[in-house]
Amino acid sequence: MKDFIIPDDRDMGTPARTGAPVTLTIDGFEVTVPEGTSVMRAAAEAGISVPKLCATDSVEAFGSCRLCVVEIEGRRGTPSSCTTPVAPGMVVHTGSSKVRKIRRGVMELYISDHPLDCLTCSANGDCELQDMAGAVGLRDVRYTAPEGGALDNHFEARNTSGENHRYLPKDESNPYFTYDPSKCIVCSRCVRACEEVQGTFALTIEGRGFDSRVSAGNALDDFLSSDCVSCGACVQACPTATLQEKSVVELGTPERSVVTTCAYCGVGCSFKAEMQGDTLVRMVPWKNGKANRGHSCVKGRFAYGYAHHQDRILNPMIRENITDPWREVSWDEALSFAASRMRGLQETYGQKSIGVITSSRCTNEETYLVQKLARAVFMNNNTDTCARVCHSPTGYGLGQTFGTSAGTQDFDSVEHTDVVIVIGANPTDGHPVFASRLKKRLRAGAKLIVIDPRRIDLVKSAHVEAAHHLPLRPGTNVAVVTALAHTIVTEKLYDEEFIRTRCDWDEFQAYAEFVSDPRHSPEATEELTRVPAAELRAAARLFATGGNGAIYYGLGVTEHSQGSTTVMGIANLAMLTGNVGRPGVGVNPLRGQNNVQGSCDMGSFPHELPGYRHVKLPEVRKIFEDAWGVSIDPEPGLRIPNMLDAAVDGTFKGLYCQGEDILQSDPDTKHVAAGLAAMECVIVHDLFLNETANYAHVFLPGSTFLEKDGTFTNAERRINRVRKVMAPMNGYSDWEVTQLLANAMLKESGGANWTYTHPSQIMDEIAATTPSFAGVTYDLLDEKGSVQWPCNEDHPDGTPLMHVDGFMRGKGRFIVTEYVATDEKTGPRFPLLLTTGRVLSQYNVGAQTRRTANSIWHGEDVLEIHPHDAENRGLHEGDWVKLASRSGETALRAHITERVAPGVVYTTFHHPDTQANVVTTDFSDWATNCPEYKVTAVQVSASNGPSEWQEDYAAQAEQSRRILPAAE
Amino acid sequence: MSPEKMVHMANQIATFFKSQPGEDQAERVAGHLRDFWEPRMREQLKAHVAKGGDGLDDLVIEASERV
Repeated sequence: MKDFIIPDDRDMGTPARTGAPVTLTIDGFEVTVPEGTSVMRAAAEAGISVPKLCATDSVEAFGSCRLCVVEIEGRRGTPSSCTTPVAPGMVVHTGSSKVRKIRRGVMELYISDHPLDCLTCSANGDCELQDMAGAVGLRDVRYTAPEGGALDNHFEARNTSGENHRYLPKDESNPYFTYDPSKCIVCSRCVRACEEVQGTFALTIEGRGFDSRVSAGNALDDFLSSDCVSCGACVQACPTATLQEKSVVELGTPERSVVTTCAYCGVGCSFKAEMQGDTLVRMVPWKNGKANRGHSCVKGRFAYGYAHHQDRILNPMIRENITDPWREVSWDEALSFAASRMRGLQETYGQKSIGVITSSRCTNEETYLVQKLARAVFMNNNTDTCARVCHSPTGYGLGQTFGTSAGTQDFDSVEHTDVVIVIGANPTDGHPVFASRLKKRLRAGAKLIVIDPRRIDLVKSAHVEAAHHLPLRPGTNVAVVTALAHTIVTEKLYDEEFIRTRCDWDEFQAYAEFVSDPRHSPEATEELTRVPAAELRAAARLFATGGNGAIYYGLGVTEHSQGSTTVMGIANLAMLTGNVGRPGVGVNPLRGQNNVQGSCDMGSFPHELPGYRHVKLPEVRKIFEDAWGVSIDPEPGLRIPNMLDAAVDGTFKGLYCQGEDILQSDPDTKHVAAGLAAMECVIVHDLFLNETANYAHVFLPGSTFLEKDGTFTNAERRINRVRKVMAPMNGYSDWEVTQLLANAMLKESGGANWTYTHPSQIMDEIAATTPSFAGVTYDLLDEKGSVQWPCNEDHPDGTPLMHVDGFMRGKGRFIVTEYVATDEKTGPRFPLLLTTGRVLSQYNVGAQTRRTANSIWHGEDVLEIHPHDAENRGLHEGDWVKLASRSGETALRAHITERVAPGVVYTTFHHPDTQANVVTTDFSDWATNCPEYKVTAVQVSASNGPSEWQEDYAAQAEQSRRILPAAE
Repeated sequence: MSPEKMVHMANQIATFFKSQPGEDQAERVAGHLRDFWEPRMREQLKAHVAKGGDGLDDLVIEASERV
């Protein structure tokens, strides 16, 4: 194993600053730091650690503990080094006898109100209070309680006579960490982390002086019932055992750590996996991680317990028919069973009768191998990925307008933005760490425009309020985006110089004429979109004139019949206003899963080889034909919905599905089930017997992100390393399983074996064949931490910002975006519009998060419905309701809320027993077949409980998951 | 896939390209179908056109000759 040296991640005490250099002297050493830096941080830069308790570099200095006092020549008194900015020529003494004496006195006071149970304390070995007592040389505590009198402290437990009213018991309500008030030193680091880093403002200090206590929410709240989102920032900031991970309480302090990448959303946070042997003690966000800058959310920080959940399947299994119980077999038997079935299907039904689905939850290397399996072993292009059902319109739309399928910025860019449009995304739930960074910028004065049918948290929450919320009717994105462009063009607010130099001027003329038509005006479209015209015009003016304008969007844009058109409309808006090619601007798709970007980059789509190059191009095919020694089919293959259609038609018979659960995640469940049931060999490669596995003949156990090496590429094109911290419980990393399957199939046809022994070799092959990855190696990633593609000869360190001097395609292209109403229309039978999404605590189909304590926050999918619509139907909070569309029906509980507009209902798709997708339809984006999840005409009515379909489904699933006891 | 679904999908593509400026809409629809529709789907489309192309937009019918 290659050693990876973790770069310096000392706590520097206060945050870094940028500015003109300032030189000062600290303890006789000259040090030069940026203007605005604290004396404490300057000392740390010089290698001198000033004792501190209330300061940490994730939050601004507070100056409350008085432990970091120093002497500065020519200044009176002993200022705290954390709150004192450096000045030129300043001469600082951090260790004079005067400050030593003060510090010892301060520590003595702290320790007089702290239990001395260090040896059995959960923070033993990881406690800054303990460290500081040592650092200041505390040897004695003179303050003791008066004899016979009541103890005035916070830590002696109450006795039977009710003494010590100050004692508060431990709050263990949060499933992942405890709050022990008896250990608290009231440094406020947790409160400030909650405010400054996370931006939730759930914590406060209640009371004054000796009565001061950390408090979550109101007086009657505990951590669980408060607004706390369990991001872990407070736990990380806490210097003592007051806020402590329960896993550390249980296991003890970790002995080593490995930097790796989160396996949840597309933010792609870097974490330190802190270990004892091969036991994971905790995941701690890594402060040098460039996507997250030391922050995390409840999923990445805490929800990793699924990796060792009892439901995990560790042995391969096969069965003749999907009605049979599973039979555990050896890897050899499972692979030769799978290989001969797949080969047999090709012999009987033709070369194109089988295919693969790659996973956005697997690494780049694994995804690359799965699409290679289709193209070079199956010898067809039937490969697709779950990006089909989320961001495929981004690929098409940005490809057409800018020339490449990726976000233009890095996440740091948000720190330079002045006006943000968030459209069809709910970052506080879907991309929480990015949301925290955005909220921080908003609190510093940037303006926000939210375009969303729901009143999402960003519209108004603690210290954040959108300047404009455009609550559009689901399905009218194109009309709204075009009306914004109409306003910008007709009011002459566009950036003519940018357009003339960077875009095709003739196409702009045609576009400007199109959008200027009065039928695109906010007034003309108001009736359709339900967005007040004046509000829309004000939003357009703000975006065009408010400085750096950035657009962040999510699946509320793409998952529509006109998903691709809206993406183009967004690109048009950015070009119109000159908001491309510098920090603080750009078009930023927020990717749903951790490796959506990577799985697209790796050639998972049936029409594209790695690097977004069409299979029809002979020069591109030649690169891979030479590398792989095969000839590649020049015709595009089937996309996921096409595979299912072809399966129902009887021409598609076999599927290798890695790390996806299409039965739960894809629309129109009944159609997906019919397609799967029609196949003769479905190979599911996953951690768990997921819903798709109900229809599988072969189950290959998968490995978690903790058990393999590889890379993930996040929404900012950042290639981050995934590092193996423990051996795969199932025996093989996923890339090894794909290789075994490929070799089993090649054995049948007499082809040459695949012989990768480490994922770095797969990355070398990717680099050799794909220009945008040409410079990427594992050595480079170890050296730099991460790089953003394109990374090649021209950009050896990667590319944080795209289209800086020109668009990838040359001139930026304006595309006419005509609004076309979806055919999914409301009517008397189905009068409401259903839109779907996710919540903070659960992730996608929930296979991972449902198997953690996260379910305490979201144990079931509920239907959000406006009070007006609920009243019309006689529904009350918590009632069972039937949700029906032309595709199917399901039942779930109602939650009555004004977050949704009248006429709109909303639910999540995290739980298979609800199966929201039994209701969604097979309508899809015109260009890419991305399903229209976000608009379904539905009816809601009172119900007694689960629908008949749900009961049948549950029975079938249970039947299908039977496993025969292993033979002796 | 069902003929209705195929007709719906093809017409959606035609609707987009009809809204675009220029003279070559049929070619652009055909280009999109060649680039993104698997041969089986294009065959089904052509067979449907051969049988009269019920429900198909005229632009799709024109494009189908070039697919």
